[in-house]
Amino acid sequence: MSTLEIRDLHVSVETKEGPKPILRGVDLTINSGETHAIMGPNGSGKSTLASALAGHPKYQVTAGTVTLDGADLLAMTVDERARAGLFLAMQYPVEVPGVSVANFLRTAKTAISGEAPALRTWGKEVKGAMENLRMDTAFAERSVNEGFSGGEKKRHEILQMELFKPHFAILDETDSGLDVDALRVVSEGVNRAKETTDVGVLLITHYTRILRYIKPDFVHVFVDGRIAEEGGSELADRLENEGYDRFLAAKTA
Amino acid sequence: MAVTTDHTRAVADGAHSHSFGTGAVPQGSRAERLTSFDLADIPVPSGREEEWRFSPVARLQPLFSETLAASGVQVTVTAAPEVKVETVGRDDARLGTAGKPGDRTALTAWNAFAEATVVTVPAEAVASDVTSVRISGVSGEATAAHVLVRAERHSQAVVVLDHDGVATVSETVEIVVEDGAHLTVVTVQDWADGAVHASSHRARLGRDAKLKHVVVTFGGDVVRITPDAEFTAEGGEVEMVGLYFADADQHQEHRLFVDHAVPSCRSRVTYKGALQGQGAHVVWVGDVLIRAEAEGTDTYELNRNLVLTDGARADSVPNLEIQTGEIEGAGHASATGRFDDEQLFYLMARGISEVEARRLVVRGFFAELIHEIGVPSVEERLLASIEAELEKSMSVITGAPVEAAEVTA
Repeated sequence: MSTLEIRDLHVSVETKEGPKPILRGVDLTINSGETHAIMGPNGSGKSTLASALAGHPKYQVTAGTVTLDGADLLAMTVDERARAGLFLAMQYPVEVPGVSVANFLRTAKTAISGEAPALRTWGKEVKGAMENLRMDTAFAERSVNEGFSGGEKKRHEILQMELFKPHFAILDETDSGLDVDALRVVSEGVNRAKETTDVGVLLITHYTRILRYIKPDFVHVFVDGRIAEEGGSELADRLENEGYDRFLAAKTA
Repeated sequence: MAVTTDHTRAVADGAHSHSFGTGAVPQGSRAERLTSFDLADIPVPSGREEEWRFSPVARLQPLFSETLAASGVQVTVTAAPEVKVETVGRDDARLGTAGKPGDRTALTAWNAFAEATVVTVPAEAVASDVTSVRISGVSGEATAAHVLVRAERHSQAVVVLDHDGVATVSETVEIVVEDGAHLTVVTVQDWADGAVHASSHRARLGRDAKLKHVVVTFGGDVVRITPDAEFTAEGGEVEMVGLYFADADQHQEHRLFVDHAVPSCRSRVTYKGALQGQGAHVVWVGDVLIRAEAEGTDTYELNRNLVLTDGARADSVPNLEIQTGEIEGAGHASATGRFDDEQLFYLMARGISEVEARRLVVRGFFAELIHEIGVPSVEERLLASIEAELEKSMSVITGAPVEAAEVTA
């Protein structure tokens, strides 16, 4: 049982005009096996939360704490956070030319588990995971994300989630830009990881449609850099019908 | 009709192609540049000339001299059984057949050499092994060297020139690829610190001849290589590949010229370099001339530079000059970029340490090109050399002390 605890988190992003505050006091506790959906309008700070948790250098934590089983996550470097069990499925995965998927996956797995995976079982595991995500195994020889379609990039992110077996996975708009088939495949992957590894999931999304495939235990509505409302999965249904207008109106009022 | 595009210090990651006919005012055709065997024709450069404007002419000064010794380098050849190796005097009729010198150091090399190493792949022969020519620096005395590689008609061979030790040398490498021959020439500049090297490679291709020309530059204080390729009959194909890795205070310059003088030939130029440290300077100039007669030409040239640290400088200038519209294709691309922080973040977010992530990215940058060389022994060596170069940059990043480089002057 692991716990990711976010307390009064304030985050600024670096801009040309100087630091701009985005998150203004986020409180959130995620336990193993739980799925938390974070929803909200564009610009509400959802993706900033994802990037700040992973340690992206562009984001500065100005106040608050984040602990993973009591350890200070914010004191860790980006790679240390990943090795501590945090995984971020990125909204815009980056191309790494000349580095094959196979090499990348093995290198990352070795870094995360502290030892090289056994050659024979690893090969099978990768192949099996790729087949589950309906990825052609020829993918393994391609350069990381280079020339991948939007759907291929997202599958590749979920492939990593399944193979690296993190304690906590943040999915940053993994559903954006996916057609229905790809959305289903990707959601199946997330659900497999939940079943087999008891991973805690922070699912960041603008839309409710992915929540038909991945059932959230909790839904948090982000507005203007903090959580404006919380509830169970029924809150998602309400958002589906009402949209975010209610919250935006409250903000301007 | 002529188009010259000068992309000095190109920064945007933009590739573009040209058909013909529009745009910039020509700088003066490459076709008009003087070439000569007579030392009096090309004076000592001041550094302001087009072909010297990026070069440290003060450091190259000894090689501008009329008199160069022969004692500075030692040449050792290990040949494939099918390949013939000779040492000949400068009056040998086969010398000087691959074009004339086009700049001062090429001319001094021609003017001063006493003996030449001639490597001949006999007609129809297929070399069963790599032929290795090792040019080792033995003293700092300004020296001239001359190598001729001849692939006679329908022969096939791989010839690797290795440069090591410390030398101050002006070198000519003549490459003659006769009709239907397939030749790979690899030149590796792995000099020790203190070396100053100018080298004029002049290649002439016959009908349906293929040349793969690979330049690898890692070591030496100043290395300036000027490969020229000239097509003399239809169906020729040249692939010119370059890799370089410059450290602090190293100057590495590669100036290429592909002369499409006849119809239906193909050229591809791909040069990639990484640079790190204060005063590291790389220069790449790629001139391609498609003459009016050269219909059906297909050419593309590309240069990429990866800047790993502050204080390093890359100059990249592709020049494409097109005198006929009846071509298959002509294009170029040049980009110089810094290390991509987003790539670093992506890899580190997968638990990979910063040092390992940088290694992956730089290896990846060179990997494809290295695998194109097609000579396994060379590929392995290059990967090892890149690892060694990376060790140096990693120590910069991690703050670990860099071991003083050994200087054997």
